[in-house]
Amino acid sequence: MAVKQIVMGLNGDEAVAYAIKQVDPDVVAAYPITPQTIIVERFSEYVANGEVHTEFVTVESEHSALSACVGAAAAGARAFTATAANGLALMWEILYIAASCRLPIVMAIVNRALSAPINIHCDHSDAMGARDSGWIQIFCENSQEAYDSTIQAWRIAEHPDVQLPVMVCLDGFVLSHTLENVMTLPNDIVKKFVGERKFVTVKNHFGKEVPLILDPENPITIGPLDLYDFYFEHKMQQIDAMGKAPKVIEEIGKEYGELSGRTYGLVHPYKLEDAEIAIVGLGSTMGTAKIVVDKLREKGVKAGLLRVRAFRPFPVRQIVENLKDKKAIGVLDRAASFGAYGGPLFNEVRNVFYDQDIRPLISNYIYGLGGRDMPPQRLMTIFEDLQKIAETRRIEKTVKYIGVRG
Amino acid sequence: MSEIRTLKDLAQKPDLLMSGHRLCAGCAAGIIARLALKATRGPTIVTNATGCLEVATTIFPYSSWKVPWIHNAFENAAATASGIEAAFRAMKRINKGPLAKYEHVDVMVFAGDGGTYDIGFQSLSGAFERGHDFLYILYDNEAYMNTGIQRSGSTPRCAWTTTSPAGTVIPGKREWKKPIARIAAEHEIPYVATASPAYPMDLVKKVRKGLEVEGPAFVHVLSPCTRGWRYPPEKTIKIAKLAVETCFFPLWEAEFKNGEIVYTLSAPSERIARKPELKKPIEEYLKLQGRFSHLFRPKRREDLINEIQQWVDREWKLILKRCGKL
Repeated sequence: MAVKQIVMGLNGDEAVAYAIKQVDPDVVAAYPITPQTIIVERFSEYVANGEVHTEFVTVESEHSALSACVGAAAAGARAFTATAANGLALMWEILYIAASCRLPIVMAIVNRALSAPINIHCDHSDAMGARDSGWIQIFCENSQEAYDSTIQAWRIAEHPDVQLPVMVCLDGFVLSHTLENVMTLPNDIVKKFVGERKFVTVKNHFGKEVPLILDPENPITIGPLDLYDFYFEHKMQQIDAMGKAPKVIEEIGKEYGELSGRTYGLVHPYKLEDAEIAIVGLGSTMGTAKIVVDKLREKGVKAGLLRVRAFRPFPVRQIVENLKDKKAIGVLDRAASFGAYGGPLFNEVRNVFYDQDIRPLISNYIYGLGGRDMPPQRLMTIFEDLQKIAETRRIEKTVKYIGVRG
Repeated sequence: MSEIRTLKDLAQKPDLLMSGHRLCAGCAAGIIARLALKATRGPTIVTNATGCLEVATTIFPYSSWKVPWIHNAFENAAATASGIEAAFRAMKRINKGPLAKYEHVDVMVFAGDGGTYDIGFQSLSGAFERGHDFLYILYDNEAYMNTGIQRSGSTPRCAWTTTSPAGTVIPGKREWKKPIARIAAEHEIPYVATASPAYPMDLVKKVRKGLEVEGPAFVHVLSPCTRGWRYPPEKTIKIAKLAVETCFFPLWEAEFKNGEIVYTLSAPSERIARKPELKKPIEEYLKLQGRFSHLFRPKRREDLINEIQQWVDREWKLILKRCGKL
């Protein structure tokens, strides 16, 4: 039975800020960047009004934002930051350090195109640049999900089997600056759901089993020099943790569903079961695509879609199970991978089907760079292309660019 | 929380940086870190920028540190310290979390000159401006020694490094040393000091004072490097002492009190201020170090030696002025 909830008019950034207020982490270290800024502005107000106990560190750069979060999380704190585009790029070095030190930091990424030329609007080039950094990446369809995922992220990050930082990605402007009705849980329910941060233990250099934090009573050395004799084993531990994350994301998404009535998984199918053609993608575009699927269904076209919520860890099994019997699949990428054969999501999706006996026809549609709009008509052309592929059993062009001149 | 008045007191304090680390014989960084840790007054967390001290003391699975220690990256030690300090503050606010059990936790940074003058300067300046309660100890060996002796913003003029070689046209580094401690003081933080491993009691007292003040503190320690400065390992302390005696590296403190930065000379430099004839010529300092050998061989470069002497005199005069001695 879901608890009583309050409807609030929030944009995506405000939804994240409100969730963070309810979680009340120890440390928030952040730096302003469009379109993330509303998160830190709103959160500053919560701090100024004494609504949180958080120490808000108004750092001088994103590099320092994540660096401060590393220090705070290593000292046992719950630490949060938020950024976008160039800010995330500036953090790049510390992304790996945060993940490799196994620090359960939560960060909101308000997806924005990377410079140059400078552009403030949405694409996924920022988050895709961080896909190999060891962070869990959750892409949200709407502000409601941004709120819900920001709460769940702590449980995923801090889970003893995982102990990895989590990025909650929401599309810049499309979600961050767009007002939406967001169902919010009562404070005490959120507090109870996230609970207290628990610590895993490690053996320190005095041979004692101690919590993995900077505690003067139980000194440990975090971030040492680690060469060819141990580094690889430490990387294996990270690989294993990422391997355990899918189950945890699903469990926590389900538990959250029991509480709120909104259940989350690794992938979210829509009218997919009997679909012959389907698109696969990330983020808010998949919300728009549902309308297109509905229209096609009205016309008798067996169309469906699969929204990938967790890009890291990549939900291999779920992708196969949901898509294996489709005739044609279109993978939507809102990021270019220069010099690669198609976009990042396309590469992942097509890769998992190599091992399958029956492989659907899979083509790639790169769209929306720098905030180029993806209205229903444009999505419709993709479905039409997929229909043609399904009928002819032939892909004329594997990688296509949607809504671009020339 | 015991007070340290004598070398005997100091010797009785437990070592928190253990032996067995891989710092070079004669390296001053190990001496400085060991002394600084003897000045701790209670629960302490250390963060270390990338550099010699970091790599040589923590080769996994070994560690020399008897205090909780974290290395994040090269340029962000001050930001990391900010996060640790913020974590402690937040936990104390609600009396919850693993550090809440401590009445106080000191946060101490060790960073080299590269991590302070150059790549870490933004992070440091930001942390000063925000006023975090932490002590930043700069061990200044005047070049990127960990990567094999490359010039930094701290390398003195004319010093040979692998990226400022003494060539036939350019005689070593062309720029002067950046006045980092004065720049730190201009942030109007509670406490800034310069110190030297040749004066251990002075160093320890300054570290303690830096921990005791509320807000940021910065202790700049000259850290002679046997490999990079090109001298035999047994001369480390002698060279550190000569740096003070020639006034190349005067010892002083700057406290921000009642809206003013109040500079005070420390005893070894104060003596020279009182008796200027004690001030040794810079040549005595330079000639012991291979990194300056091109100033003496194959041909004595009187012009460059004079230039360095003039710079030392100018800087010394500036410090004397700040300390109200002129």
